[in-house]
Amino acid sequence: MILRLAIASLFARALTVGMTILAIALSVALFLGVEKIRTGAKASFADTISGTDLIVGARSGSVQLLLYSVFRIGNATNNVTWQSYQDIAARSEVDWIVPISLGDSHRQFRVMGTSVAFFEHYKYRQGRSLEVANGAILSDLFDTVIGADVAAVLGYEIGDPIIVAHGLASFAEHKDQPFRVSGILKKTGTPIDRTVIVSMEAIEAIHVDWQGGAQVQGQATPADELRQMELTPKAVTAALVGVKSPLQIFRLQRAINDYGQEPLLAILPGVALQELWGIVGIAETALLGVSFMVVVTALIGMMATIFSSLNERRREMAIFRAMGARPATILSMLVLEAVVMAALGALLGLGLLYLGLFIGQPILDREFGLWLVIDPPSLREGWVMLAVIAAGAIVSLVPAIRAYRLSVADGMVVKT
Amino acid sequence: MTGAVLNLSDVAFGWAGRFSLRVVDLRVAKGESVLLLGESGSGKSTLLSLICGTIVPDSGRIEIAGQDITELSASKRDKFRAEQIGVIFQQFNLLPFGTVADNIMLPLRFAPARNKQAGDALAKATELCRALGLPDGVTNIKATALSVGQQQRVAVARALIGRPPLIIADEPTSALDANSQAAFLDLLFAQVHSNETSLLMVSHDPRLGARFDRVIDMQDIAHVERGAA
Repeated sequence: MILRLAIASLFARALTVGMTILAIALSVALFLGVEKIRTGAKASFADTISGTDLIVGARSGSVQLLLYSVFRIGNATNNVTWQSYQDIAARSEVDWIVPISLGDSHRQFRVMGTSVAFFEHYKYRQGRSLEVANGAILSDLFDTVIGADVAAVLGYEIGDPIIVAHGLASFAEHKDQPFRVSGILKKTGTPIDRTVIVSMEAIEAIHVDWQGGAQVQGQATPADELRQMELTPKAVTAALVGVKSPLQIFRLQRAINDYGQEPLLAILPGVALQELWGIVGIAETALLGVSFMVVVTALIGMMATIFSSLNERRREMAIFRAMGARPATILSMLVLEAVVMAALGALLGLGLLYLGLFIGQPILDREFGLWLVIDPPSLREGWVMLAVIAAGAIVSLVPAIRAYRLSVADGMVVKT
Repeated sequence: MTGAVLNLSDVAFGWAGRFSLRVVDLRVAKGESVLLLGESGSGKSTLLSLICGTIVPDSGRIEIAGQDITELSASKRDKFRAEQIGVIFQQFNLLPFGTVADNIMLPLRFAPARNKQAGDALAKATELCRALGLPDGVTNIKATALSVGQQQRVAVARALIGRPPLIIADEPTSALDANSQAAFLDLLFAQVHSNETSLLMVSHDPRLGARFDRVIDMQDIAHVERGAA
């Protein structure tokens, strides 16, 4: 009956109580949301590359190499010569090697030159392979396979022409060598979705008539002639390497890092990712700290709401006292109200979080290439909600003790 | 009238040196109705709080149904109040968010013995509502949705449920016109007499005295002092 009366009392102050619950709900949604995006982003990053033992590039930072080669974030400071690539490929430890050439773009999407082997060896999300939704992978020199987002955003279909721009932010286009969409990949939730894939030879072909970042005046080699040319790449941006035995990974890594012909860097994707988390860890902690403070602020707001209602509720408390309620009962009623408010706030917050996730999932994917997996609430979220409810009860003790003292002082004499 | 339901003697209560009340003697016998007259500031509210046990005297005895409540612990006093005393407030003071049934059954929540005596609490509340002339089905209605007259009846039902030996009424007629006062007192006395309950009502209106077995002036039994802290 006391619980029912406490709930009825809350309903009687529906507007104030509703605003308090909403504040708690928003803070809980924010706190859980930050955590969800944090873990989701980590999972999304970690799922982007799988089954690749080493990534090789020109010597720079390991995080930088990981970011530009896998996530298309930033640029390489240098290339790896084709000779070096060949030397690595020829090593006995190497099971497979896939070249990557980055530098050109199409609209807002990066163009990546690679070999057909990329479609065989690139794995994501615990070993999944790329799948073609429509068409086929590269067969002609000017074929291109596009990611699901490229197709969706630009409305491309099989057979549509694509003009590649020189560089990333250039108005110079390889108009004389248009590509044709030969295949559209299924959605992967990785940067591949936002990539235009062409062959390494095609990258060479479109630059045959170019020097110093511009097309040589009056020079335009016909496409058919290009198809007959020897188009061995001069350099690659990076290479993905698979090793025959896991025991050989570190030996190969050391050999590449000690390669004498040019300064190279070989990284283990998982280790580089950990390094990346270490760098962003401070920002993560700060973000979590801020969202935690928002929860604390909401709970203090609830305490203020209960406090401000005490004076007008002295009549109600006096009625309870006159009917035989102990001051401790008054205290427990206020704590109970706070627990109900905090619990409703936490539940509503969880609901808002999932609503936000369902609405935000495609937006995050489209805008940031971040694919958040929407799982059912985890045990950790349950603990967070329980902690919020417990904190609500603890915070409410401050006005509840005040109410306790008021009820002792007022007794059954009604104060208004 | 046999035995004293309320027996208060040589009670002294002081609050931080600012206020002190001394009550020499106050007795209410079983089934007796007593009107306690007093002006504002005469210590009536403090006396009611002492009788109800929500405050404790510095000295003296307050016996209710044979129990000196000053000897009880705070929690036992609260339980004792719930079981032995029915309270009617000045403006009836029903819980605005509760139904009629919630309000009437509220004292039983804190009084296991009174609850047991009442039996089926909801049935008893409904029976009391009927006896007090409230319409059928009223128990599920929000108390604040009732007319003032109906709220009075709910307040009386709340005080009577579980048949406590003593009813304390704190100026319940002060905000009513003459006709409403008379109707309310008719109702109250009818129930008090049928239950053989003792009634101690506080008022500043001497015209009500004719309805009661006995009228006591606060000035005759109590002495109040006020001073700076």
